[in-house]
Amino acid sequence: MKRFIRESAAIVQIELIKLVRDPTEVVSRAVQPVLWLVVFGQVLAQVRGIHTGQLSYLAFITPGILAQSILFSAIFYGIALIWERDLGVVQKLLVSPALRSSLVFGKAVAAGFRGLVQAVVIFIIALVMHVSVNLEPLSVLAVMFSVMLGSGIFATFSLIIACIVKTRERFMGIGQLLTMPMFFASNAIYPLDIMPNWLRIIAHINPLTYLIDALRGLVITGGGSVYGYGVDFGVMITVFILLLLAAIRLYPTLAE
Amino acid sequence: METAATYPTGNLAISTSGLTRQFGNLTAVDHLELQVQYKEIFGLLGANGAGKSTLIKMLTTLLVPTSGTAAVGGFDIIQSPATVRQNIGYVSQLLSADGALTGYENLQLSARLYGLPGKERNTRIGSALEFMGLAESANKLVKTYSGGMVRRLELAQAMLHRPAILFLDEPTIGLDPVARHMVWDRLLDLRRQYGMTVLITTHDMEEAEALCDRLAILHTGRINVVGKPAELRAGLGADATMDDVFAHYAGGLIHESGSFSEVVNTRRTAHRLG
Repeated sequence: MKRFIRESAAIVQIELIKLVRDPTEVVSRAVQPVLWLVVFGQVLAQVRGIHTGQLSYLAFITPGILAQSILFSAIFYGIALIWERDLGVVQKLLVSPALRSSLVFGKAVAAGFRGLVQAVVIFIIALVMHVSVNLEPLSVLAVMFSVMLGSGIFATFSLIIACIVKTRERFMGIGQLLTMPMFFASNAIYPLDIMPNWLRIIAHINPLTYLIDALRGLVITGGGSVYGYGVDFGVMITVFILLLLAAIRLYPTLAE
Repeated sequence: METAATYPTGNLAISTSGLTRQFGNLTAVDHLELQVQYKEIFGLLGANGAGKSTLIKMLTTLLVPTSGTAAVGGFDIIQSPATVRQNIGYVSQLLSADGALTGYENLQLSARLYGLPGKERNTRIGSALEFMGLAESANKLVKTYSGGMVRRLELAQAMLHRPAILFLDEPTIGLDPVARHMVWDRLLDLRRQYGMTVLITTHDMEEAEALCDRLAILHTGRINVVGKPAELRAGLGADATMDDVFAHYAGGLIHESGSFSEVVNTRRTAHRLG
């Protein structure tokens, strides 16, 4: 266990150093959620066509946009991995005696820290737009955990796709194909009750739905989790473990 | 006094028996028999697609053989891949040092992944930087290094844990003659000072002759010939050069060989080296 932590921490540390030295990518990815909240959120809030209970529409979609931002950022993490493979970095890591599990887990945790940067940006925008954000320390800690877990899930999923497709061109196509359907087949910008049945079934097996549900309860004052935090985190942790197991098995094939 | 590499077990640094790897209908390595002695610098030559990189990938546990066996440092690559990895160092044909990190940070990562104890880590890193002539550039970003410096840094990463055996896949590709000679000097020093065994692939006949105690020429996944460079030349006549040896045993001239992806990789590496 000590070895696992030491090796994972080594991977996380270098990713963080790189993130601090060049935050361009993470910051530029924060532009999209700004548009969603400032333009889409405000316009739809005027329409009042979507019933969001006690929450204003802007408050309702804020956790959704945060989750979307995490998804869009993490799902393309695999591109960096393919790039590392093309540079020989993956081969070098795999020739070391480090556990495959620590290499994969380290990448997932590093993606989690990138997600936190997105979360900070969304929190600031939400505050500027007078969304009632819950800033109690325990809630903020729980949000940080959710963001890291969500980022870990989608980054690991991305890693699996990278291991299967192995080229940047194919990955870009599949990444684009996955992100928008996952976003729209979730409770990010409208509640599940207004969805047709077939779409609601898909939304129920979409881990993004549970991330948004947890965030809606944690981020917004007066918000709540529909499924309960036990179900939300239970589903997310289970999905994360299953994806990690698959990624640990597939990661070495990237060097073949 | 520096610690020399320790020889894990067995009489041979590398031995293979019937080692084979197929990709669909293509047999990249075909029932290969190879023996490399400890402390030897052994060269693997062959046209692109001859099976050199596939062989190195199998010996470094990156690729599982289709059939046959191999032992590295006395440990079976299929039964004990983790132990094999503890006893080897590897420098890939591609430039794998991270340009966004400093030389020191690159070495720090290797030291942690190879489990060097905290107290020893800085001493080893300092000594590796010194050995490779990179001490003054340790805190500069690797993207500001010259091609030769990057290669020496990668050698420092590969030797940090004092492996018994080093695998080098075309380590001087794309380097200018001065940088190339500096890498050769460091390799010879590594053998002299730490007693490391080196398996090197190269297309450079001058490099093969200058560095290798023995070399093998591969053709379509099989070894066509093994011997000392001087013996191989003598075998073809008094005026024969290493280029003649290569052309005779490798099944073609150097400039005629290479698949599209291999050429892309080679050019990418050369481009990154400037």
